[in-house]
Amino acid sequence: MTNTKTIPVAEDLFTWPSDDPRLIGSQCADCGLVAFPAADLCARCGSGKTDRRTLANEGTLWTFTTQGFRPPTPPYNGNDTAETFQPYTVGYVELADGLLVEARLTEPDPEALTIGQRMRMVVLPYSVADDGTQILTFAFAPAGAVAEEA
Amino acid sequence: MEAVIIGVGLHPFGRFPGKSAIDMGAEAVRLALADAGVTWPQVQGGYVGSLEVSNPDAIVDRLGLTGIPLRGVFNGCATAGTAVSLAARAIETGEHDLTIAIGMDKHPRGAFAADPSVAGLPDWYAQTGMMLTTHFFGMKINRYMHDHGITERTLARVAAKNFRNASGNEKAWRRQALTEEEILASPVLNYPLRQFMYCGPDEGAAAVVLCRADQAHKYTSTPVRVRASVLRSRRLGAFEVQSLAVPTVENAPSPTVDASLAAYEAAGIGPEDVQIAQLQDTDAGSEIIHMAENGLCKDGEQERLIAEGATEPGGRLPVNTDGGLIGNGEPIGASGLRQIHEVVHQLRGTAGARQVPGSPRVGYTHLYGMPGVSAVTILST
Ligand SMILES: [Zn+2]
Repeated sequence: MTNTKTIPVAEDLFTWPSDDPRLIGSQCADCGLVAFPAADLCARCGSGKTDRRTLANEGTLWTFTTQGFRPPTPPYNGNDTAETFQPYTVGYVELADGLLVEARLTEPDPEALTIGQRMRMVVLPYSVADDGTQILTFAFAPAGAVAEEA
Repeated sequence: MEAVIIGVGLHPFGRFPGKSAIDMGAEAVRLALADAGVTWPQVQGGYVGSLEVSNPDAIVDRLGLTGIPLRGVFNGCATAGTAVSLAARAIETGEHDLTIAIGMDKHPRGAFAADPSVAGLPDWYAQTGMMLTTHFFGMKINRYMHDHGITERTLARVAAKNFRNASGNEKAWRRQALTEEEILASPVLNYPLRQFMYCGPDEGAAAVVLCRADQAHKYTSTPVRVRASVLRSRRLGAFEVQSLAVPTVENAPSPTVDASLAAYEAAGIGPEDVQIAQLQDTDAGSEIIHMAENGLCKDGEQERLIAEGATEPGGRLPVNTDGGLIGNGEPIGASGLRQIHEVVHQLRGTAGARQVPGSPRVGYTHLYGMPGVSAVTILST
């Protein structure tokens, strides 16, 4: 029997389960600075009054790079091995909320990515626990690719 | 009272199986003391930095148990900047007449192991394969190349220069010169950066002896003045290594820019006066970016300057004449003292086969690393 359970890699990181998942950030009640991940202390004014706020699920690609070899375990806990490892990309996506967010990208080929292109947030499994539970993280996909799949 | 450097010592950088970091550090200290013409009991205080040695002050066991305050310091890749800065400050404030800065490290092979909690980062960031410092260097230069028209060829030119410079340095780690084509044929590690465009963690040690300027004549005829030594941490809005997010509503430059401006101000020296520079070249892209962030050129000018050979040993502004981090590797605690060792020899005119022409009188050293920290030192004759 296949385990179809899923679990986010961390609580309070993105809304889940959801048909429209969003990153969970925070906003300072005193100065308005938006932070991700959600922070209880404002990095600008030091206020301890912050509120949870979901972030835009689309933005533009600010920069990106590749990861060409499997990161050391621990701390990386993908269930791949050095042999089955697939290179991936990471980047910063600029959101209208007023911040760049670092994320894994779904497009592994750097030549297929362009700074400034539209990106859309997705939730996807990056690893599988021993009991078969899929571990989910957030990522950004080229906005066109998401539309084509939909 | 101004502090001057009267002695420098460098243990070779590389791999030394069976030799401890502390033993390398003690050798570097003995070389620096001999260079200064002083003995350990004359040292009144000092600062010692290391990542891997948890009690770096244990080095006194190899040097002499004289009871002096030898304080441990750590600021990541900028550790040596802190050590030399505080050793100079102890003289400037009148606490001591003669001090020492020591750095030593012995890193295991491969990328620096990372425990997210130690760096104040959430576990998920590391579990999902995002907590690799090399990502930052790939992403920063990717954006910089996009904004300022820097080409992949220029990355290769910088790496080739630093390997070439290292090939003439008997204390460097990677002494085999590589052609631009060989560099461009190496595998991409973090697009657009390739394997032979990166420095690697290794082993080594260095030490610097300083004294009051008005006493320097007792030890040397070629003291090197510490005109400025500045450390800055990142400000909100700066695009920094291992930032999970960066606010775009705040604009701040890299701490390199802040440290550099403060150092020029303190020294009363401008970037146009700098005649030789050692810049943090964690990778070839970093050297290119750091040229501009340290005020040594405008953004984008590197493409032409590097093609013209301006940063070669015989160029207008030689950069990383001893091979830099790319050629020497990075024992974190020692790296910045290696830079000072090189600049001191260049200013004294004692750099041997690496001596740059024109008798430089002003030299510059720069460090940058986690978690967004930069150290700048300005030296002059
Ligand atoms: Zn605030």
